[in-house]
Amino acid sequence: MKKTFLYEDHLSHAAKMVDFSGWSMPINYGSQIDEHHQVRNDVGVFDVSHMSIFKISGQNAESYLRYIFSNDVKKISSKNKALYGLLLNENAGIIDDLIVYCLEGDFLIVSNCATKEKNEDWYQRHASEFDVSVEYVDNQGILAVQGPNSIKVIEKIFGEEASSLNTYECIKVNGVMIAKTGYTGEEGFEVICENKYLRKIWNSVMESGAKPIGLAARDTLRLEAGFCLYGSDMDESVNPYACGLSWTVDLNDGDREFIGKQAFLEMNEEDEQKMIGVLLNDKGILRPGYEITHVDGKGVVLSGTFSPTLKRSIGLARVDQTDEQIGHVKIRNKELVIEFVSPRFLKKI
Amino acid sequence: MSEIPGDLKFLSSHEWARLEDDGTVTVGISDHAQDLLGDIVFIELPEVGKEVEAEGDAAIVESVKAASDVYTPISGEIIEVNSALEEQPETVNGSPYDDGWFFKVKPINVDEMSNLLSPEQYSEVCED
Repeated sequence: MKKTFLYEDHLSHAAKMVDFSGWSMPINYGSQIDEHHQVRNDVGVFDVSHMSIFKISGQNAESYLRYIFSNDVKKISSKNKALYGLLLNENAGIIDDLIVYCLEGDFLIVSNCATKEKNEDWYQRHASEFDVSVEYVDNQGILAVQGPNSIKVIEKIFGEEASSLNTYECIKVNGVMIAKTGYTGEEGFEVICENKYLRKIWNSVMESGAKPIGLAARDTLRLEAGFCLYGSDMDESVNPYACGLSWTVDLNDGDREFIGKQAFLEMNEEDEQKMIGVLLNDKGILRPGYEITHVDGKGVVLSGTFSPTLKRSIGLARVDQTDEQIGHVKIRNKELVIEFVSPRFLKKI
Repeated sequence: MSEIPGDLKFLSSHEWARLEDDGTVTVGISDHAQDLLGDIVFIELPEVGKEVEAEGDAAIVESVKAASDVYTPISGEIIEVNSALEEQPETVNGSPYDDGWFFKVKPINVDEMSNLLSPEQYSEVCED
């Protein structure tokens, strides 16, 4: 099994390690609920070095990315910024969700670890048309420093230039890339650097008050924020409308051709299912696969969990179009009432 | 993992049973089980008066991660449930063998206890 550069550090913090798509990763360091609150109320650090980093080089890197990415990279070119969006196939099915960073003229892609091989194939397939090179970066790792006090931690270690970044901005300090991005719904930063610097930064972050956070808390944090998880909430059979991500398909420049554009233009939002948040008022926990019914149709729970912040169960669901705000879910042969809400359970940032 | 109290007997599905002085049997889930489940957030207990059959499902425990049935190690009538768990299910994580007990059974046949695993046998199950 693959290990991140900080494997031993996780063990020394009593991490429970699990197989996460071929990587041995910390699922928790004791209590995932305590870790969740640590990020919501203070600051935590995640080792997310299992995520894939690709570097796109060549004169046509921008044109290439504008062609393979749903969002328009032109918005961030030469701006030291990041952009969230999708890799679509020709049918506008979602190959992956990812962030493109443009920093000092270089383009980096950070995407999920489970999709690494298929993304790499996809990138290479289209690279020759643009004469760009796509390189999997295996000598770098990623730390996510997240929570309201992440600003203080980043300021202490990297200075105010880094800590004062706005959302989706990035900067390089002494060879270390710092971006105001994350997947927790909190203020937070992602730090990308060569593996040899990881431990030093990890220790500095910890000395500045952060606690290590496992992937289990990462899941409840992203769910409370209403962020989709690839493989659970979306895959290649799902289009951007059906997971609430049509905003990442940028059609402003009508001349821009990109993969999946034609299929996307032929879709009507009203004909597609939609992504909603669901709240369970009764005791119990919503789980993936639970069936939903409402007066206009049906649906299914995609991700479900216990929300440590709201202290009840929440989920993301895909349902037939409806204006109803109430539905039912079947849990162990009991029909329970659920509320249909915005997936943004916590509207913090 | 904490040491297993010597007076407990187990099902391989991770429930423990303790024969009390008054002849009733207290049931809970093992330390190993709570560790596998992670943070426990919801427990559905049986109704008092319900008749249960050994190895049949009697309660439900849900952690953030997963839902799991809890089987009774012994047949009989549910005579008491630990309703404090409904408000504080996390007690099971902190004290699986004491404050985190689930329910008490008035056994039909106390000899069923001899069908259960000893702490040593159960430990071997956990190691597999």
